[in-house]
Amino acid sequence: MSISAPLSSGISAEAVRRRLHGQRFDLPGIVVHVALLLSLLFSLVVLGVLVYDLVSGGWDVFASRFASFLSGTMRFAASESGIAQALRGTLWIGVFVVALAFPFGIGAAVYLEEYAPDNRLTRVIDINIRNLAGVPSIVYGILGFAVFVKTLSGLTGGRSVIAGGITLAILVLPVVIITAAEAIRAVPDDLRQGGYGLGATRWEVTRTQVLPYAAPGILTGTVLSLARALGEAAPLILVGAVVGRLGSNPGLFDIGSLDQRFTALPIVITYWAGLPQPDFRALTAAAIVVVLAIVLAANAAAILMRNRYESKRG
Amino acid sequence: MAQLITSQPGPGLTSADLRGDPRRMRKETVVRGLLFAAAATSIIISGLIVYSLVRETWTFVSQVDWALVWGDGWFPRRGQYDIKTLLVGSLIVTVVGLAVAGPIGLGAGIYLSEYASARVRKVIKPTIEVLAGVPSVVVGFFALTFISPEIIQRFREATPQQTMAAAGIGVAILIIPLVASISEDAMRSVPRSLREASYGLGARKVTTVGKVVLPAAVSGLVAAFIVAFSRAIGETMVVFIAAGKSGGSLFETNPLEPGLTMTAAMASIASGTDSVVGEALTFQSLFFVGAILFVITLALNIVADRFVRRVRERY
Amino acid sequence: MSRPRGTTVPTHETVAAVSTRPDLRRGDEGEGAGSKPLVFGVEDVSVYYGGFRAVRNVDLAIGQQEITAFIGPSGCGKTTMLRCFNRMNDLIPSARIEGTISYHGVNLYEDGVNPVEVRRRIGMVFQKPNPFPKSIYDNIAYGPRIARLDGDMDELVEQALRRAALWDEVKDRLKDLAMGLSGGQQQRLCIARALAVDPEVILMDEPCSALDPIATGRIEDLMEEIKSSYTIIIVTHNMQQAARVSDRCAFFTAEVNETSDTRTGILVEFDRTEKMFSNPADERTENYVTGRFG
Repeated sequence: MSISAPLSSGISAEAVRRRLHGQRFDLPGIVVHVALLLSLLFSLVVLGVLVYDLVSGGWDVFASRFASFLSGTMRFAASESGIAQALRGTLWIGVFVVALAFPFGIGAAVYLEEYAPDNRLTRVIDINIRNLAGVPSIVYGILGFAVFVKTLSGLTGGRSVIAGGITLAILVLPVVIITAAEAIRAVPDDLRQGGYGLGATRWEVTRTQVLPYAAPGILTGTVLSLARALGEAAPLILVGAVVGRLGSNPGLFDIGSLDQRFTALPIVITYWAGLPQPDFRALTAAAIVVVLAIVLAANAAAILMRNRYESKRG
Repeated sequence: MAQLITSQPGPGLTSADLRGDPRRMRKETVVRGLLFAAAATSIIISGLIVYSLVRETWTFVSQVDWALVWGDGWFPRRGQYDIKTLLVGSLIVTVVGLAVAGPIGLGAGIYLSEYASARVRKVIKPTIEVLAGVPSVVVGFFALTFISPEIIQRFREATPQQTMAAAGIGVAILIIPLVASISEDAMRSVPRSLREASYGLGARKVTTVGKVVLPAAVSGLVAAFIVAFSRAIGETMVVFIAAGKSGGSLFETNPLEPGLTMTAAMASIASGTDSVVGEALTFQSLFFVGAILFVITLALNIVADRFVRRVRERY
Repeated sequence: MSRPRGTTVPTHETVAAVSTRPDLRRGDEGEGAGSKPLVFGVEDVSVYYGGFRAVRNVDLAIGQQEITAFIGPSGCGKTTMLRCFNRMNDLIPSARIEGTISYHGVNLYEDGVNPVEVRRRIGMVFQKPNPFPKSIYDNIAYGPRIARLDGDMDELVEQALRRAALWDEVKDRLKDLAMGLSGGQQQRLCIARALAVDPEVILMDEPCSALDPIATGRIEDLMEEIKSSYTIIIVTHNMQQAARVSDRCAFFTAEVNETSDTRTGILVEFDRTEKMFSNPADERTENYVTGRFG
């Protein structure tokens, strides 16, 4: 009896094959698949169009006067205006975020993951941090205004980059804590056990085992938070960044004038976007390309770094 | 010289030998204190937020003429504080944003969780995360100069350049990554066995996803929408740049007209002039609106947290 | 349900062994634990995780430079008991211990005793080899560095590796990552790492369960070699291993609490290994060591 002969039940192999192959054309399946794929690609298309639109919009400024655009100050005439003051503000905001949000955020994450006893206070802190992460950024602006511009004006100089920097550091603090805590939670318990078993104290285990292992994850979270702070505008408006022409232009590293009025890249973008003259459209696009270059480069670097370490460790 | 087996304790061991190096232990105590202080900072921050909002809000609430808080429009410099103008403005922008971002973000989440190959995920997920990092001023400008003229005005030429719809679409761009990633997480946490049970019965992929995975992930999906709602209602710069009205607005319910949201109204007051002039309570109204926004987003976040937790408890 | 404690350890020898009272330590036949100085005395120890009682009413005596094996089925509290000896259970917030464990007459759980110092003196080797993601050298040097032992670190590392019978295999690649070693080598590295801080006792929690038979054999040989300098307590599922390496054996089993449907570990019998395997006093021990345990 050959294999292709009818089976004992009387059904031919061909018939069985046909049944097992099922419907050739699964229309609903294909429609759904395509629709889902399109929603996924939507984000990519938007990102592509956005970047293309802005780069082409600001290209003339870069092509004709790249240096004077970066070093110039804010003027009435678009052709003479530049973003020197904005770059300075954004730089110092970054300094404050790195100096305040990173140590406090990582410290809090270490406490919550490695030290905190399982009690009411810990749970309150935990819930509180998650709720802080959902507070709109403009509400942090109110905090910054009331506390750092008004109450502590003696220390900050009022509507200054100090007040703005501290406010943004506070804004990203919950995100730093949450991402650092996630990275610390991913550290295998074996390492801690090994350390404790050799007579290490909690801090010694944390410093020599936990933090080195969690470092890439923590770094990713902090870089993403820094990028977010550098792109924020709303809290700075509340804290009194100048949404308009800023007269003064102290040097990039002039620490003595940190208590003066200030502006930052996202604020300049907001101001220029609201001006009616078409010249300023190109200028806005150019400023956006600068901010995007900073923020997206930081994002991309952080995300790639995380993915590399994730795949390395399986 | 370090030698192994130098100090086998005999019967003479006392509890003093088991106290440890006091210097190391002191350091441990100090570090613990510092780390606790860092964690406790978050409580102080919450306290400061409430303190900042409450004082001036109380001034506003106790002194304002309440007829003007439910009146004919939001013109704080003229003493008109119609809060429903702002609430409806915020609601319209948020609803437009969710209407766009909801299906697209959910679709992207389903695709990433159920359909995408490992290679596709590896390329596309980071790209979506990069989109999540685009600052909102950038999206605001994009909504103003691209979405409005290239999309909305193509459909209806008479539409003004600054509209709540344009701002809503801008907000959608900002929250799509959020919806996609939370819903993806929710679906990925559905146990494999559930899917296999469905496939084992001969169900197709569409059926399995639609009838098994989505219902099982529903808590997480609800959470995704609530978090997105909360984020959208608190979004400031897109609305401030692209929704049109600054300073004041009449009550407006048409998305294709300019409008004012709570956040944009606050930014307007703050950016108006150096020292806010106008009606006596203009400045305090900023805090009043801020307090309302804070309460709304807090409530939404707490509810979303409940749903997320429900997912975790179940699987 | 178990019988009362006293009847489960009926021999004269073990009665002497379980007591830490000096008057009872003498007077046995000369080859029991009483002949060796006592390292640990365990008296009526119960361990709880929150409201759940994991082990109850354990009495044991661990003699110096002996290998004591904890045997018994899964979930009978052997590991929980082992981790009481160096206070590793302190790291689990809900864990709580009742009774006393004395170490050379000092209660390990009394006020002022520092778990960090306890763990320096009482080392531990874990079920799964857990080398740190550092070089072989740095793995060994880790303990001495945090304990601030001064002296020639190179020499100390070499001594520890020699004691763990690993030196010849790794001496040319001390700077390589420890993860590159085979599973058995990693476990011997973990033993060397524990030896480097100069402990008196080594606790081993199923150290061979992740290893193949050849690597297991090498670890067992190693235990035999270092036994003259260290006191060893080993938890094992492998009865042949317990029979091969240990001087004394403690057989644990679990009793099911009908009301809460949880399992609590109890010590059934504690005696010299050859007696446990040839002529156990308790029927449950006999069933287990002969493989009839259900």
